[in-house]
Amino acid sequence: MGFELAIANVSHSYAKMRALEDVSVTLNEGEILAVIGPSGCGKSTLLGVVGGLIAPSSGSVSLLGETPPDTLNPYTFIFQDFALLPWRSVAGNVGLPLEHHRLGVGERKARVADALARTGLSEFADALPKQLSGGMRQRVGIARALVVKPAVFLMDEPLSALDAQTRELLMDDFEDIWRREKTTGIYVTHNLDEAIRMADRVMVLRRRPGRVREIVAVPVPRGERRKPAAQGALRALHEELWANIREEAKLADREVARG
Amino acid sequence: MVDMSVGGTRRRALVSFRGGGFAPVSITWISVLFFVLLIGFWQMASSLGWVSGLFLPSPLRIVDALQRLALSGELTQHVTASLARIGAGWAVGAVLGVVFGGLIGLFSIWRSVGVPFIAAMFPIPKIALLPLFILWLGIGEAPKIVTIALGVFYPIAIGTYAGVDNVARTLIRMGQSFNMPFHHIAFKIVAPGALPSVLAAVRISTSIALILMVSAEMIGADKGLGAFLLTAGNLMQTDNLMAGIVVVAAIGLCISGLLTLVERSMLSWR
Repeated sequence: MGFELAIANVSHSYAKMRALEDVSVTLNEGEILAVIGPSGCGKSTLLGVVGGLIAPSSGSVSLLGETPPDTLNPYTFIFQDFALLPWRSVAGNVGLPLEHHRLGVGERKARVADALARTGLSEFADALPKQLSGGMRQRVGIARALVVKPAVFLMDEPLSALDAQTRELLMDDFEDIWRREKTTGIYVTHNLDEAIRMADRVMVLRRRPGRVREIVAVPVPRGERRKPAAQGALRALHEELWANIREEAKLADREVARG
Repeated sequence: MVDMSVGGTRRRALVSFRGGGFAPVSITWISVLFFVLLIGFWQMASSLGWVSGLFLPSPLRIVDALQRLALSGELTQHVTASLARIGAGWAVGAVLGVVFGGLIGLFSIWRSVGVPFIAAMFPIPKIALLPLFILWLGIGEAPKIVTIALGVFYPIAIGTYAGVDNVARTLIRMGQSFNMPFHHIAFKIVAPGALPSVLAAVRISTSIALILMVSAEMIGADKGLGAFLLTAGNLMQTDNLMAGIVVVAAIGLCISGLLTLVERSMLSWR
């Protein structure tokens, strides 16, 4: 038993601008798909469509099969700028998405405590966001997503507001969480290294309007990507993908310059 | 350029220091000293007969007048009347301002109606409307309270909808992404997010309310600080006049201090 996330022929236009055109991809349960492409290729639009924040001009997104029974919010975002309420404590932020659900006080507290424990935030439950570093803030964002037990995580450049070292640490955190429990997700990034390290498959989008250029499986299982033996294969993938992205990005730049 | 002698050889610093300045700070003792000197000079000018006591009473005479008015109970009467008016007027205006500002911030229909309406009405000096309100409502407390309420309403409505507009879009998207119902987003995300702007407007509105209170009482009241100031002026009782002004200033300072406390406790998360 499992589920599939099917994105079928999704197109979207803003007023005059076509942002996405005929994007189709299917994710299996437990799979992480990275989406990469030049800026303005509609990566975030795609995520917005999947998460129900943007109504696509055409196409559909559906979950086929059985989703986890205790999920409160099947598609859950992790935001680039964390999107924490600065007036709420860590626990208050993590508990926010539970407040409009009918849950007993006990269960609510237990879920929050569990999410905090899984992200190593238990001792910071009462801290305000302003007291935390950027990396810790994003861990609050991750805890807030875990608390609703989503079927699909929608990660919108979750590390790009962080410095390089913090990014490394958080990638480890993500990997830990994903290793412990089967996680399905779409991981939007502009960082190719991040995509290759985190994803099972990488989808490259063409420049505006965003279309699928290619979808490539990362040839090494996630747990083994740090091993020296894996480096050759990963570097080859990096080269291949980068060649495509560079081409798209250059063309996109020229088109922007031409207006 | 700074010249430095090191080990007998003359060396010149590569760059001269240019990083100073542009960081003014408030030094408490200088502030205090300034006021002490100012009041001292004022008292001296009066005592030495440089200025006539009729035109500008000395600080000591103002203190005397304050004491006399306080002991006779006259001051309490005027202050109570004034505080009741400003309290009622401000509360009515503030509540309506927050409600309408919130509606303008959240709904297109209210925005379409409210923004041009406020743009048209805000610049009118509210005291000019007092005669009209007296005509409509009679010569009781109502017209004064309405004038103050109206003066408070506009800045608070504007501050509220500007605050709502300034709530980070991503926070609202976050609420929506978790499928939070509209009223949860409005009260748990938008309202606290707009609070700093609302409180800034509250601060502005209190000084407007104070001005309108005094003006309205000068036009039609027998009790209240405005009425008291007008009488003192008409009777050339400049010591009473100055005492009244000191009381008005003190009320303004108290309100401002109170607001600082409110801001500190409600916005400690910033």
